[in-house]
Amino acid sequence: MQEDSTQSPHKIINDFCVMFSNINGTGSSTANTTVMRALFEMGIPVSGRNLFPSNIKGLPTWFTVRVSKDGYLGRVERDHVQVLMNQDTVAEDVKKLVPGGLVLYDEAFSMPETLPTSLAFGIPMETLINELDIEKRLRSYVGNMVYVGVLASLLGIDMERVAGAIEFHFKGKTEAAKMNFHAAQRGAEWAQANIDRIAIPYTVEPMHITDGYILCDGNRAASLGTIYGGVQFVSWYPITPASNVIEEMNEFLPMLRKDPETGRMTCAVVQAEDELSALGMIIGAGWGGLRAMTATSGPGLSLMAEHLGLAYFAEVPVVVWDVQRVGPSTGLPTRTAQNDLLFAANISHGDTEQVILMPGSINECFEFGWKAFDIAERLQTPVLVMSDLDLGMNPWMGKPFQYPDTPMDRGKVLWEEDIERWTKEGKLWGRYLDVDGDAIPYRTVPGNRHPGATYFARGTGHDEFARYSEDPQVWQDNLARLKRKYRQARALVPQPIVERQKNARIGIITWGSTHMPVGEARDQLAAKGIATDYLRVRALPFTMEVVDFMQEHDRTYVVELNRDGQMKELLTLEAPQHAYKLRQLSKVDGLAMTAEWITQRIWEDEDGCHA
Amino acid sequence: MPDETNDIGLERADYQGSPNTLCKGCGHNAIIGQIMSACYELNLRPEEIVRYSGIGCSSKAPTYMLKRSFGFNGLHGRMPSLALGAMFADRTLTNIGMSGDGDTASIGIGQFKHICRRNPPMLYIVGNNGVYGLTKGQFSATTEAGVSFKRQGTSRYLPVDICMEALASNASFVARSFAGDPKQLRQLIKAALRHQGISVIDVISPCVSFYNFAKNLHSYEYAREHEIPLHELEFVPTDHQIMIKDFEAGTVRNVKLHDDSIIRLKKLDKEYDPTSRWQAFKVLEEAEEHHQLVTGLIYVDPDIPSTFDRYDLVEEPLNRLGNGRLRPPRESIDQINQMML
Repeated sequence: MQEDSTQSPHKIINDFCVMFSNINGTGSSTANTTVMRALFEMGIPVSGRNLFPSNIKGLPTWFTVRVSKDGYLGRVERDHVQVLMNQDTVAEDVKKLVPGGLVLYDEAFSMPETLPTSLAFGIPMETLINELDIEKRLRSYVGNMVYVGVLASLLGIDMERVAGAIEFHFKGKTEAAKMNFHAAQRGAEWAQANIDRIAIPYTVEPMHITDGYILCDGNRAASLGTIYGGVQFVSWYPITPASNVIEEMNEFLPMLRKDPETGRMTCAVVQAEDELSALGMIIGAGWGGLRAMTATSGPGLSLMAEHLGLAYFAEVPVVVWDVQRVGPSTGLPTRTAQNDLLFAANISHGDTEQVILMPGSINECFEFGWKAFDIAERLQTPVLVMSDLDLGMNPWMGKPFQYPDTPMDRGKVLWEEDIERWTKEGKLWGRYLDVDGDAIPYRTVPGNRHPGATYFARGTGHDEFARYSEDPQVWQDNLARLKRKYRQARALVPQPIVERQKNARIGIITWGSTHMPVGEARDQLAAKGIATDYLRVRALPFTMEVVDFMQEHDRTYVVELNRDGQMKELLTLEAPQHAYKLRQLSKVDGLAMTAEWITQRIWEDEDGCHA
Repeated sequence: MPDETNDIGLERADYQGSPNTLCKGCGHNAIIGQIMSACYELNLRPEEIVRYSGIGCSSKAPTYMLKRSFGFNGLHGRMPSLALGAMFADRTLTNIGMSGDGDTASIGIGQFKHICRRNPPMLYIVGNNGVYGLTKGQFSATTEAGVSFKRQGTSRYLPVDICMEALASNASFVARSFAGDPKQLRQLIKAALRHQGISVIDVISPCVSFYNFAKNLHSYEYAREHEIPLHELEFVPTDHQIMIKDFEAGTVRNVKLHDDSIIRLKKLDKEYDPTSRWQAFKVLEEAEEHHQLVTGLIYVDPDIPSTFDRYDLVEEPLNRLGNGRLRPPRESIDQINQMML
């Protein structure tokens, strides 16, 4: 990419990053997402990232919009265009500008004496806003639209698309939409009159690549997937960045889950007093035969540890979404990470193994949303779905959500007539009796009125008939069966996705949202002459394909967003014979992984290998 | 001669549990005995009862009753959440949660208070012995200050009053009883099982192994000597009301529950109105002040909406809904996709 192009007639088309710096609580996100939506509506691949503080009002917040003709969605480390609306961060912000980039700022700000570009323009925000015929109290909110208009004018964003994006946001509130668009128009007019667009190296052109695509954040996708999975009971405790997985349900449940005959709900949502209780409730509901889920993040998952052991051992299906943020402890509550994997894999004391799904896109958030229930109920065990803040709280483009392609699998549940039939056939039922030889017993649920159906569930030692037992053999046999049952998950969980390049000797393994920069990094590496094969793990337990992949490659880089290389550690445990070939490529600083970082690290390492 | 049966043709034996491993003389035995009798007398089908408990001697007790029922013995202090979630599965069932003073007032105080305010239809009965029995004699949150245990020294802190906590958390039925007063206990349990919301019964249930000290509240001797029943209590089910005898006016107070059954409270020494929260707090405060064991129905509001009155759920049990009623129709996905921008 040509960086200093002030004098150049060449334009950089549909391939740059716009950063907005704002103060949180000032309504800037409406303006910033308007830009993103307008670009998306022009058919240009776009991604948006909100970097926000753990605060309600008054602290710095940043929003970046990446425009990428190649469809790359990962974060980039430098900004090409900056819209600076926070005096406090200006000095630091401009350090991230590429030389020759475009800077728009509020004219009233004092700017650093030297900037890495000559393309810096002060917008007379106050004057322009005051000229608008709007109530004083609304001015600062609506005023944000002024810079939207300026930007649209300079980058060539279609003002009709801006109008459409504003209308979408205000959903039928015509007056508000009009007022906001008027402000944007005012900004555009000012830009036309005061800035020579020819000098601006960045421009957008319609592409139509995003036709038929949707924009959605991962949490909303998770919420919808859960609803299409037939969720019947939800309990949760508010926590960033997981809350809106549940809050979206309040919007969509009345639309999608009102019984058509009676108009009454087929799902209940209970806000619990804490995460201990949230998980307790869904275990109760799961035991009762309901599809039950919760969503949380690291601190909440810590509180759920004991209950997850109970669910594992008493064999109760539940679904737990962990939208990961930076830990340990309260950590960085509003920053992203993939650092709960090791904890989740064996969460709870004793010999515990959990089934884990790892969505890497909004489409997988939706798909795993419903699939998690099928797996949980088939196996009668918890399923944890590991998303993260970056995927969960930011808007992503993706293909339209697909209606579930398999019917709901409610697993092995016996009702009155089943027990009656079994009794007649002389077939023996015990809650933990392995009748089919697949380590998955049959269960009954409260409400089953057959006298032969009841049993007493417990977290203490129990035999095949759910009777309390401290017998050494009974304990050993039961735990061995649970292990066999866990292995059955391999056939049920989403298989890894493998992409190969010709003659690749090295491999890359990643999981979750780090998928986004990895794809881009592979293209960058290929351009440098390094071919790579790629495997994205989508679930635990690992399948043989993962082990084979490690075996096939001279070196495999495991890319992830944590300090300790948690996926690499799990792979090491899974296949110690191949562990010497694994390279840890992990970091955690609160920001999403970038392709540049991955490429640089692999390039350096490979160069070293060849030297 | 055929064995005696109740109105649904079941014998008392049908309400029995698995072999009991509690200590001989443990107050909890009396509690589960009265629960079994109450269920028998109320003609409840064991398969339509669900037992819940946490951890501790009291929480083991549900195993020793109603073995034809479903049950779930969960985590320490977490019975309320487990029970609440399970109750959503089939709202026609009768729910019995059994807990102890450690399970309720120490590790589980948070969940206890929240289940009170949510008011689900359940009997929440506490076998309150003032000591951790299963771990062999440590202080609980209801042990009185100044009590000395063999390996613990002397209890330093003031106790928690479970009824007071329940009241403060808006429980709709709060009672206290004594394992040595089976007659009263059984009437209370029957009323509790018919109440539409949560019924907390705090039962002083002496631990004969670790804390049956005659000078302290949680002993048979002390409780017998200091029990002050608020009233003589009789539960009259809906279908037995014809048998109610007339009492002298002013001596009996009837509390009508939501299913039209009646709790008859016959006045003893003093007038007591169990529908007044203010009186309830007062009577508990006075009892503590005078080191007395006040028993009976301390508070009831039969009309507070239950948990399920607060949700507009389909009539039939949620766990019997077919897949077709749970997964939104295929055509809805297009509409959803159009909203995703």
